[in-house]
Amino acid sequence: MTTRALLTLLGCLAALSLVAVGCGGDDDSSAGGGLITADGSSTVGPFTTKAAEDWKADGGGDVTVGISGTGGGFERFCAGETDISNASRPIDEDEVTLCEEAGVGYIELRVATDALTNVVNLENDWATCLTVEQLNAIWKPGSEVDNWNQVDPSFPNVPLKLYGAGTDSGTFDYFTDVINGEEGASRSDFSATEDDNVTVQGVTGDRGALGYFGLSYFEENSDALKAVEVDGGNGCVAPSAETAQDDTYTPLSRPLFMYVKVSSLEDNEAVGEFLRYALENQNAIAEEALYVPLSQEQIDEQLQKLDDATA
Amino acid sequence: MTTADATVAQPTATALPRKKIRWGEQVVHLVLFVAAAVSVLTTVGIVVSLVLPALEFFGEVSPVDFFTGTTWAPLFLDAHFGVLPLVVGTLVISFWSALVAFPLGIGVAIYLSEYAAPRATAFLKPVLEILAAIPTVVLGYFALTFVTPFLREQLGVQVEIFNALSASLVLGIMLIPTVATLSEDAMAAVPRDLRDGGYALGADKLQVSTRIVVPAAVSGIIAAFVLAFSRAVGETMIVLIAAGQLAQITFDPRETIETITAFIGATGNGDVPTGSIEYKTIFAVGLTLFVMTLIMNLISIRLVRKYREVYE
Amino acid sequence: MTSTALPSSIQGGKPRRAWRNRVFKLAMLFCMFVAFGTLVVLLVDTIVTGWPALSEQLLTGLPSTLPEEAGARPAILATLYLGALVLLFSVPIGVLTAIYLEEYANRERWWNRAIEVNIQNLAAVPAIVYGILGLAFIVRGIGVGRVVLAGGLILTLVVLPTVVVASREAIRAVPDSIRQGAFALGATKWQVVWRQVLPAAIPGIATGSILALSRAVGETAPLIMVGAITYVAFNPTLLGPYTALPVQIYNWTKQPDADFQTLAAAGAIILLVIVLSMNAVAIFLRNRYRKQW
Repeated sequence: MTTRALLTLLGCLAALSLVAVGCGGDDDSSAGGGLITADGSSTVGPFTTKAAEDWKADGGGDVTVGISGTGGGFERFCAGETDISNASRPIDEDEVTLCEEAGVGYIELRVATDALTNVVNLENDWATCLTVEQLNAIWKPGSEVDNWNQVDPSFPNVPLKLYGAGTDSGTFDYFTDVINGEEGASRSDFSATEDDNVTVQGVTGDRGALGYFGLSYFEENSDALKAVEVDGGNGCVAPSAETAQDDTYTPLSRPLFMYVKVSSLEDNEAVGEFLRYALENQNAIAEEALYVPLSQEQIDEQLQKLDDATA
Repeated sequence: MTTADATVAQPTATALPRKKIRWGEQVVHLVLFVAAAVSVLTTVGIVVSLVLPALEFFGEVSPVDFFTGTTWAPLFLDAHFGVLPLVVGTLVISFWSALVAFPLGIGVAIYLSEYAAPRATAFLKPVLEILAAIPTVVLGYFALTFVTPFLREQLGVQVEIFNALSASLVLGIMLIPTVATLSEDAMAAVPRDLRDGGYALGADKLQVSTRIVVPAAVSGIIAAFVLAFSRAVGETMIVLIAAGQLAQITFDPRETIETITAFIGATGNGDVPTGSIEYKTIFAVGLTLFVMTLIMNLISIRLVRKYREVYE
Repeated sequence: MTSTALPSSIQGGKPRRAWRNRVFKLAMLFCMFVAFGTLVVLLVDTIVTGWPALSEQLLTGLPSTLPEEAGARPAILATLYLGALVLLFSVPIGVLTAIYLEEYANRERWWNRAIEVNIQNLAAVPAIVYGILGLAFIVRGIGVGRVVLAGGLILTLVVLPTVVVASREAIRAVPDSIRQGAFALGATKWQVVWRQVLPAAIPGIATGSILALSRAVGETAPLIMVGAITYVAFNPTLLGPYTALPVQIYNWTKQPDADFQTLAAAGAIILLVIVLSMNAVAIFLRNRYRKQW
């Protein structure tokens, strides 16, 4: 093989790939004009992904969805890198300031409801119901609880293995806020991950495991895990779409949000179209993606917000 | 018998023409130098991209706490920045994988170098290359979905679902080709004369291999070991998928741990919010990793130089 | 003639020697068995697990939250593009660097020695550190963002030391007599390199480049750092977001739904096919063009 032959081969390969890459975008370009970027919570991510998929199948455009965590999503959002920020908790003060300083205006849309579910291994037949106090005792900062019988003397002697949300996730923020009284306050010796699927894997593999994440992850894996009922002061309530919607599953039912950049709404028609689609079809999407649907009233309220912003 | 002076024409001031400068050659030389400089720029870039944010980090977190602390909880309200759990996790994984890779790798190398027929070698070496070419994400998946259940169910070893042992075993196997090919190269470089001398004295193959060839090739073998170990330290995907994310100091490989690389990989994940303390932990930890592999590489160069046998 | 006594270590009892040899041979065969056996088990396990999910849909379809409908087309395309970019950048830079070090550099100069040591060090740097570098300088610094081009550049840097080392070996293997002959005929240095040394070294360079390429294609860690995004449902473009096949597989492995695990295995089969065929080409080239000087 001569030098020339190799160079020619290389050159052809390069030209071919550049042409292909350059042309590749055409047949799949979005209907409304531009690409929509979404990032943030791994709890809300599957909802956004399902909405994007359905929208595309119905003639819509392209949406990319990342799962960097609610906190990470907001950082990127306020830096102007994304159009939509998925969040499993409301935007907090620091982030509001960050966005203000960067000149990023946004609107908040509630897109679904979630029930934060505590899960245990299928072989765990003792922890059917835990009180908020017990959860607090397990998860509070500096907690030394490492065995189930320390949670309740009637529980067997089984080592407690904890799996939870990473500190960048809204799930973590919400859980710690509600169970431990302050956002971010938690013991640190547990397997933390932004990706709730890893928690599922961990809990299914360990008899003494305890984890927490959004309802959709439980329902996706309800044959491999057990949900723990939570006693928030009014008796044991199991997490489900119904108990989340009627607020009996306290304190762990929470709203899920999409924050949208106002400038994206203005510059890219597709963004507004996508959100309108997601809200109008919220119930169908929520059912497919195993989220708690919103009531029609709630949906109309969000649609109104959207209209006001795009007016 | 005249003197040299009389017969050789002396060069006059203008006798030799000035050497013609070929500008094309100079340009070529420059272009080549620039190409080589890319690698230097890369290193400079790595150092700058790690050191500057790391310095910022050490402005907020004391280096003493960082290097001696035993709790790694950088992102919690009550933050702890002790990197030791991550370092221990990394070393535990590397240790166990070295335990697998070194003996098996040397065994394979000796077999290929001294015992195997040329046809067998011609077949086995490409197979070894295939093993080396398996993407690490596939290996990590294998560790989690095959090795861990195998350990638990078939061998009855009580490992956690995410554990250091599965990851180390798979990582060790992945490093066998590295150890084997480099050691085999070193052994092949040992001249036949040494072997023949041994045989001539009545030694058998075992003695020639282990007492003559291996000691003669020891510098290359050490280099192979150190390279394999440093690759174990730097490996990300296998540990990210199979070893877990629980930063704790434990030497029991059946438990869940977190390595430096897994922390970077999990936390990085494409978002790395600028300016936050999380961003900076990545760099501090990344710098630690870089320095570790750099030191190992320098040790390797030193050892090779010290033990290298030069044959004519 | 008195018989000279052989040293006892060599004399040894014949049966004991034979036994020791046998044990040693068994030990070595055990090593081979473990190494290759694991490879076989890995391949078989991956193929058996992933086979059910291998379908046209997987190769040509778009990703989805439903495992039955998920495809990896964008990921596969991105991986191929990344490979092309790596070839495009790493081969010229790598070969030119190798030529510089082997033919032009004056070893006496400290900066040339520094470049050599530097490349050795870079070969030992973990891939994820390149990811950090890429994030800081390419994604953020130059500001191209989390796009295919950035991924290609970072992977180029990861494999560049490998290409340089392989090219150097190939160039070094060309006998000096070839160079001297050309010089004697009045060729300039560059002419010697371009017309004599390089053509002779091409097979070795090609082999090394393809092996480096196959490694680049299988790399995951640096791409995770620069945000090869989770869900990308369109064909990648040079300056657009993307997800590569190894990253897609990684995302699928994290889904506990068993169907996604099967998909991950199927994705792994595709990736293995890509990587192993590159290796096969390299081995073929090496065998076909092996020169005897």
